[in-house]
Amino acid sequence: MDDLYREVIIEHYKNPGYRGHLDPHDIQFADSNPLCGDHIEVTLRTDDQGHVAEARFDGHGCAISQASADLLMESIIGKPVEDVKKLSKQDVLDMLGIDLGPVRLKCALLSLKVLKAGVYGLGEASDSLVE
Amino acid sequence: MLDVNAVRNDFPIFQRETKPGTPLVYLDSTATSQKPLAVIEAMNNYYRRSNANIHRGVHTLAEEATALYEQARVKIARFINAPSAHQIIYTRNTTESINLVAYSWARANLKAGDLVILTEMEHHSNLVPWQILQSERGIELDFIPVTEEGLLDLEAYRSLLLRSPKLVSFTHMSNVLGTINPAAEIIRLAHEAGAVTLVDAAQSVPHLKVDVQALDADFLAFSAHKMCGPTGIGALYGKMELLEAMPPFMGGGDMIKEVKLRSYRPNTLPYKFEAGTPAIAESVGFGAAVEYLSALGMEAIASHEHVITEYALERLEEVPGVRLFGPAAQHKGGVAAFTLEGVHPHDVAQILDQDGIAVRAGHHCAQPLHEKFGLPATSRASFYLYNTKEEVDLLVNGIYKVKELFG
Repeated sequence: MDDLYREVIIEHYKNPGYRGHLDPHDIQFADSNPLCGDHIEVTLRTDDQGHVAEARFDGHGCAISQASADLLMESIIGKPVEDVKKLSKQDVLDMLGIDLGPVRLKCALLSLKVLKAGVYGLGEASDSLVE
Repeated sequence: MLDVNAVRNDFPIFQRETKPGTPLVYLDSTATSQKPLAVIEAMNNYYRRSNANIHRGVHTLAEEATALYEQARVKIARFINAPSAHQIIYTRNTTESINLVAYSWARANLKAGDLVILTEMEHHSNLVPWQILQSERGIELDFIPVTEEGLLDLEAYRSLLLRSPKLVSFTHMSNVLGTINPAAEIIRLAHEAGAVTLVDAAQSVPHLKVDVQALDADFLAFSAHKMCGPTGIGALYGKMELLEAMPPFMGGGDMIKEVKLRSYRPNTLPYKFEAGTPAIAESVGFGAAVEYLSALGMEAIASHEHVITEYALERLEEVPGVRLFGPAAQHKGGVAAFTLEGVHPHDVAQILDQDGIAVRAGHHCAQPLHEKFGLPATSRASFYLYNTKEEVDLLVNGIYKVKELFG
């Protein structure tokens, strides 16, 4: 019906492959989008070579926020943590394949913000991580 | 009876399409209302003909601008039946009106341990100013609970009053549940307990006939932009003896009688509270808005909205998976907050937008109320004098489309 709700987004929203919580984990971070109440937690396990061995997200929110989290988890498994640090806003938008207005952009980028705050070991997630 | 087609023709924005072939279905008047031509033209004419600073010059334009600014105040006073225009203080909006009371009256009158009663259905603008005062002064806050049905629990309120509150500050009409609270009764009980009252009338003054004297309200706050007027201006009504005893809120020009290097004498009401050059064009638009609403009649507007709301609640209830919040139509204004099973409110709003239907999604600046009902967010359709049953039908069709997409 419209570009924003491409099949891939609805599919990842309804049947996420990477929803869950890893216990034990090496990296964990969670944050919310105060505007909409979207909430995302990310847990990662890393291997000896510094690669992401497993990644899961948990939380609730709109289709855009949850689908982008699922796509993001899928994309980082097997990647060096150092590469994860370099992921940008554009990488997420490319995965989603849609253009977003300023409000929904926050939904789409919440999982990246949480992920990067986690891999950088920050105390607080900042919007500057996803600019 | 309101002639809704004639009303719609008064609002230029309804001539636009959100995209080619898709008319605008505006169901977000609780956030802000659309503006009739009369208001747009009044402000336009002010800038074209009369623009000058007020209370400062003797030239023709300054006289005209001052007269327009004050005439608007008189119209606003009459609209809510204030005894005198001096009791109408221009502010930026409802939020600033509430903050004015919190910063001026409350700081002069409340001390550590004093109780302020609020309700669980307040907008953030009637929570945070008091929370700030709580951390600054050590005042205590307590809340009239909201029942499952979405009404205030008045029995619980009576027990709270036994603790001798100094202030009861409450919303006249909830911006989420739509509940119209029994303001006159709440105020009467507060007065019996010796408390001062502040009414957040942001949602009631635009939609109902509000009479501050019949309510016996001590303070009443509202915004122009939710009642067909411009953004950037609102009003605080207060009882004369309270306003006169209050210290100024902000210092600057216009709020003084006399200034020396180390001292000042404050101006009389209402200027004592209006520091600096105010929103003059906006006051003219505010005046035009109350004139527009008065000409149509608030009773006619309220009954039109009631018909639309009743119809909307009926139609929405039919949709499987829709859950509505708030009381039955007889207790509420033109607001329908709902969730759709399995779909986040943001997605609902976004998909409706594809068909030109504007609803709001989120917590609507009432996060504690959403937490009470265990929800991060709701979608909210709201109705005003220009909405029609056909628009409600479009909303319901749109929700069916959302269900199909997520089905």
